[in-house]
Amino acid sequence: MSTTETGSMKALTLRLQDELFAIEAGSVREILDLVPITEVPNASPFVSGLINVRGRVVPLADLRVMFGMDRPEPDEDTRIVVMEVDIDGEPTVAGILADKVHDVTDIEAASIEEAPRVGMRWRPEFIRGIGKRNGGFIIIPDLGRIFETQGARTASPAASEERSAT
Amino acid sequence: MSFPDPSETFRQEARELLEQLELGLLDLEQNPANDDLINSTFRALHTIKGSGAMFGFTAVAAFVHEFETAFDQVRKGHSPATSELIAVALDAKDHIHKLIEQPDAPQAGGEGILEALRIVLTAADIEAAAPVEVETPEPVAAPATAANGRWRIRFRLPGDALVYGTNPLLLLDEIKAIGPCTIVALTDTIPPLDVIDPEVPYMGWQVDLTADDPRAAIDDVFLFLKDGMELSVEPLEAEAVAVQPEPEPEPAPVATPAKPGKAPKAAKSVEKEAPANAERAASSSMRVDAERLDELMDRVGELVIAQARLTQIAAMSSDGNLKTIAEELERLSSGLRDTTMGIRMVPIGTLFSRFRRLIHDLSRDLGKEIDFITSGEDTELDKTMIERLADPLVHLIRNSVDHGLEPAEKRLAAGKPAKGTVRLSAVYAGAEVAISVTDDGAGLNADRIRAKAEEAGLLAPDAKIADQDLWQMIFAPGFSTAKEVTSLSGRGVGMDVVKRIIDGLRGSIDVATTPGSGSTMTLRLPLTLAIIDGMLVRVGNGRYTIPLAAVEECVELPEGIEANARGRNFLDIRGSLVPFLRLREVFGTKAPAEPHQKVVIVSSGEGRVGLVVDQIIGNNQTVIKQLSKLHSSIKSFSGATILGDGTVALILDTAHLVQFGQGYVDQGRAA
Repeated sequence: MSTTETGSMKALTLRLQDELFAIEAGSVREILDLVPITEVPNASPFVSGLINVRGRVVPLADLRVMFGMDRPEPDEDTRIVVMEVDIDGEPTVAGILADKVHDVTDIEAASIEEAPRVGMRWRPEFIRGIGKRNGGFIIIPDLGRIFETQGARTASPAASEERSAT
Repeated sequence: MSFPDPSETFRQEARELLEQLELGLLDLEQNPANDDLINSTFRALHTIKGSGAMFGFTAVAAFVHEFETAFDQVRKGHSPATSELIAVALDAKDHIHKLIEQPDAPQAGGEGILEALRIVLTAADIEAAAPVEVETPEPVAAPATAANGRWRIRFRLPGDALVYGTNPLLLLDEIKAIGPCTIVALTDTIPPLDVIDPEVPYMGWQVDLTADDPRAAIDDVFLFLKDGMELSVEPLEAEAVAVQPEPEPEPAPVATPAKPGKAPKAAKSVEKEAPANAERAASSSMRVDAERLDELMDRVGELVIAQARLTQIAAMSSDGNLKTIAEELERLSSGLRDTTMGIRMVPIGTLFSRFRRLIHDLSRDLGKEIDFITSGEDTELDKTMIERLADPLVHLIRNSVDHGLEPAEKRLAAGKPAKGTVRLSAVYAGAEVAISVTDDGAGLNADRIRAKAEEAGLLAPDAKIADQDLWQMIFAPGFSTAKEVTSLSGRGVGMDVVKRIIDGLRGSIDVATTPGSGSTMTLRLPLTLAIIDGMLVRVGNGRYTIPLAAVEECVELPEGIEANARGRNFLDIRGSLVPFLRLREVFGTKAPAEPHQKVVIVSSGEGRVGLVVDQIIGNNQTVIKQLSKLHSSIKSFSGATILGDGTVALILDTAHLVQFGQGYVDQGRAA
């Protein structure tokens, strides 16, 4: 886990349903209000859409899918966090849907704990750690792994779908 | 047609290749048994040789050829890549570098390096049954056989010769290679210093040459300059030979400071308009990083989108001034968009013209007469793609001439004209471009390819294989059927390079051949780097773009077809049955369907399929954006684009849909 010398992690906190998440502020490029989303037919629900970010076509991911959360329609608090993620070693710009974006904050490294292997609603491999702040928990997702799993998963059905060389 | 300075292009390319070569050699020292490293080193050498010869760097080509021959021992496994060998090879690389950077300066030491290379190789492998056959190419040929003929050659280059990269010193070197000679520069037409245009060759040259009738050879030297140059070749009387009291030009012209006002006019009249044009041509092109062009394209995309919003607002407003500005901006931004798109597109003719010299040299070296015919020069492709096509085409053309075309006697015996023909053509075919190299030679020899493939272990003996698959064997690394190694081809590098580069461009290579009457190699490349015309359609709430090049026609979906759809997804298009796909079903659209659906008939290769859509919106120019890795597994789409209102629309991959449609229909029938 990358922490600064002072032993804290600069993170953007955002809310997905009723849970607070923290993602590393350094990889965030910008935060957008909701923009028109183009649905990609037959794509997995996790990355079912595309958005236009300043003339670039950027995939939009919904982490709520990976954490098995409800997905109500977007409201006035909904934001898109545009960030750089590594997908199989390739830096890719992707958007992440957030129900609400809070602030940028320092999370003390000492307060971050390993995700417990049991007693959790979510797959532990998607979580890098759990931090504490103001008495509540902040989930630090492992975005690299979430996106990579995504790549591996969509690759397998693709293999059965032969593509003609034209 | 010509590039402003082809030799500079070569230099840049060669610098990169030499860097690659050096890294390869250094890696090889660490890892001497690595075949990939040996092959990539060899390929770098091969390409330097090929393009060196193409751009007239003959000294480079000759040296690299010797280097390559020696290095071939390593590739064939006859000699290990020892560190001594690497050291000498690095010396050789430096020598090539010198030859390329200062082609005019005499470069000694090349012979020594080659000698050292051979010694290292022989020392490393005493058993080497067949030591490398070494014939040393003299940079300047040995004295010509007969010394009785004396000729006087006078020439002046066309005004734009330097702009197009002609190096007079190389020409003189070529003349020197014909026979012993004395060269005198004619400086009488050099204008005063303040009106000199540094890009105009004011000098002329007079060469007294000793050789048997050199007229044909001289013609060869000036082959590409004949238009607009002055050239005279005359026999010289014996008496006149003795001394050359050549009208030593008065030193005046260069030194005299010309009176302003008068002299420039005089100079102009001498030089005609050519230099002015040439100067403009030279200064009007520059190299720009492709990344910056992409960035520019993105910015323009943003501008167009912002402008579309403004137009929308202006339409709702009653402010006349706002409307005027919005219209003006719309005009400007659409112009800017077109220009920006155009920047990256280059007619392929710029590439084709480079091959004329290649054909000329091949023809001379192999003693084969060749007609070189090009067509489709105005086919436009993305510049980066054109640059990456240069190497594969050199290899293919070289192959056609060397392996394809038979010697004149054989051609005559077969009832063909003695002169062979090589055709290079480019044409748009649907959403791809096809570039073919065709020769009217002997065609591929199936038996020999088979034998060779078996020998190389690529094919099991007696294995059954379709012709088409057998032809693809020629693209395997190390495969070559040429019986003897010529300086041009036959080492079995080349075709695998072609294959790899084309694969890298997501293209394919088709081989068609008829024994006795020639073969055609066709490179098929997708136009995905480019901007295409698209047809915008609506399916449910989603909008999609279909490449217009793939669209054949649009028809109304007959209403009755809805009722008995199952198993009968065919349309009768003027007597032929065309399967159709309901995109609503393919995409799982939930929004209610339009009562009157349309069918867009698209084609790919020989197949056709109808795509049922809710609405045909219209045509639009489409800037193709690649999908990220997250969506690369969804084959129905080849990319995405941004529409005028800023939303993203997916581009349908028609080739895939046609294929999918076939399966979909079969499935429907089976159910």
